[in-house]
Amino acid sequence: MTEALLALWDGAFGSSYAIWSATLVRSAPLLLLGLGVALAFRAGVLNIGAEGQFLMGAISATAIAQSMGSMGGAVPRIVVIPMMALVGALAGASWAGIAAWVRQRFGVLEVISTIMLNFIALASISWMVRGPLQEPTRIYPQSAEIPGPAQWPFLIPGQRLHLGFVIGLLACGIAWVVLTRTAIGFRIRAVGASRSAATSAGGIAVAGTVLRVFLVSGACAGLAGAAEVGGVTWALYEGISPGYGYTAIAVALLARLHPGWIIVSAIFFGALEAGASAMQRDAGIPSVVVQVIVALVILGVLAGSQRRVIAGAATLGAEARR
Amino acid sequence: MEALLIPFLDATIRTATPLAYAALGEVVTERSGVINIGLEGIIIAGCLGGLIAAGAGGPTVGFLGGALAGLLMAALFALFVLRLKADAIITGTALTLLGLGVTGTLYRGVFGLEGAALGTPSIAPVALPGLSSLPLVGPVFFTQTVMTYLLYLLVPLLAWWLARTHTGLALRAIGESRTAAHAAGIAVDRIRWGAILFGGVMGGLCGATLVLAQVGTFTEGMSAGRGFIAIAIVVLGRWRVVGTALAALLFGGAFALQYLLQAAGWALPYQLFLALPYLLTLVLLAALRGRAEAPAELASHEG
Repeated sequence: MTEALLALWDGAFGSSYAIWSATLVRSAPLLLLGLGVALAFRAGVLNIGAEGQFLMGAISATAIAQSMGSMGGAVPRIVVIPMMALVGALAGASWAGIAAWVRQRFGVLEVISTIMLNFIALASISWMVRGPLQEPTRIYPQSAEIPGPAQWPFLIPGQRLHLGFVIGLLACGIAWVVLTRTAIGFRIRAVGASRSAATSAGGIAVAGTVLRVFLVSGACAGLAGAAEVGGVTWALYEGISPGYGYTAIAVALLARLHPGWIIVSAIFFGALEAGASAMQRDAGIPSVVVQVIVALVILGVLAGSQRRVIAGAATLGAEARR
Repeated sequence: MEALLIPFLDATIRTATPLAYAALGEVVTERSGVINIGLEGIIIAGCLGGLIAAGAGGPTVGFLGGALAGLLMAALFALFVLRLKADAIITGTALTLLGLGVTGTLYRGVFGLEGAALGTPSIAPVALPGLSSLPLVGPVFFTQTVMTYLLYLLVPLLAWWLARTHTGLALRAIGESRTAAHAAGIAVDRIRWGAILFGGVMGGLCGATLVLAQVGTFTEGMSAGRGFIAIAIVVLGRWRVVGTALAALLFGGAFALQYLLQAAGWALPYQLFLALPYLLTLVLLAALRGRAEAPAELASHEG
């Protein structure tokens, strides 16, 4: 037991490599994914499709990186990387947009539709890495390595921490300002607190606000997928996400849906992921134990807050979902 | 044609069987006015519970183990939702993650990292004497496992129970209006506990059936969204027992279609068939909007 915990600690914080190349690298996608989930939950949108939106972002970013690489001549980094981020975010937003559309047009509960879209995204990636995006020798179910200019820069020499982490921090900062200091943020919080009150007392166009938040939430997840391909894996394969999209729900809930606390809770879960893989390697404890901890965190937050709503908004109460 | 049709219909019934267990349990839970989104976690718990128990005492013990695992997961859900008044949707999501995580950890803990419980006992189809020799119907409906035959009994029984008995009526009353039922002297929470636990047992049986009668082994995450599909099946079956059983058949067909189309030599990527049940769920849920007669207490969740 102590051996396992020591291995966990060492894998997460035991050396500068563990911190800068394991823990924070795994926190990078969780920052954006957790933020996306938190924003959606804030507006009363139960988007649990971050996993699928992440995968669609990863697929699209790989596709654009490969096609720009094969355009001949060297398309410079300054063009390729923003394009990957943009295309990834758009793909994530579109994937979330499907769920938003069937919710508003047909009343399909987004909890179910986003999960279904997660499975469809998994099937898509499975097809992509054996079809259109498969590496040239057509042996392995993965894409070729993305070209050099599409590989996102590392922040510290000799460490694997990449640009995506900074983007995640920035996104959390921007979201914090928007949520607390702007009219848009007020509308999001009002819609999350009570849709009927937001309409009648606040004169807020609820449907439009919900749709925009859903899209932004998906864009965050898609951007995370692009950052993972550009900054970490440099290729697309089926197991590109070890369930980051589900961990993100715990990240958001533990942070009580607050963008500032997302940073702390993303690093916490990043450390847990990093430590767990070290633990599996060194002490033979399966790393899926992280999922157990994720679930227990969610249940713990639920038990702690009882019916009173997480983060001060009635977001997660039934009334808001009508 | 018949050479293709019979294996397809046979596979349809076989894959529909576990789905029907989960969906019928969810019908009872939802008719009491609670939606259990954590069914996915219950099913995967049933898969592993079934596997471990069957390894220890054979298939019959396996099904009991699966049911027990489902029961425990459902009890956790009921504890949070009924006692702690936590949000049902978030609790259900956590239950799903818990199920996937705990089973993955336990499986590797019990069977090691290489996994593969090759000696999983499983149950074989039993041809019912007489009935199984009927043309078409025989090989499709009456050459199945015991779990399918149990369903043939369970569906009319459950429909009768819900429609005609005192507790069935009380359950439906709670689902329509908790406050009115309470005012009429019905023990709301006790019946809801019962309904959720029944859903857990059925979800656990779904998992055990998946392992012991269909796949024959356990893989991590093998429930593969069946919990959510079962919830869609309930909507498609309009919260009625017989309707739900028929809807489960449709989804069994969607899963079985890959065998048919592969056998027919279609050159489509197989991932399309992998995605099909999920696409079907989305499309049907969208198409059925407004025509479904959901229990009123669910309205807060169903928009």
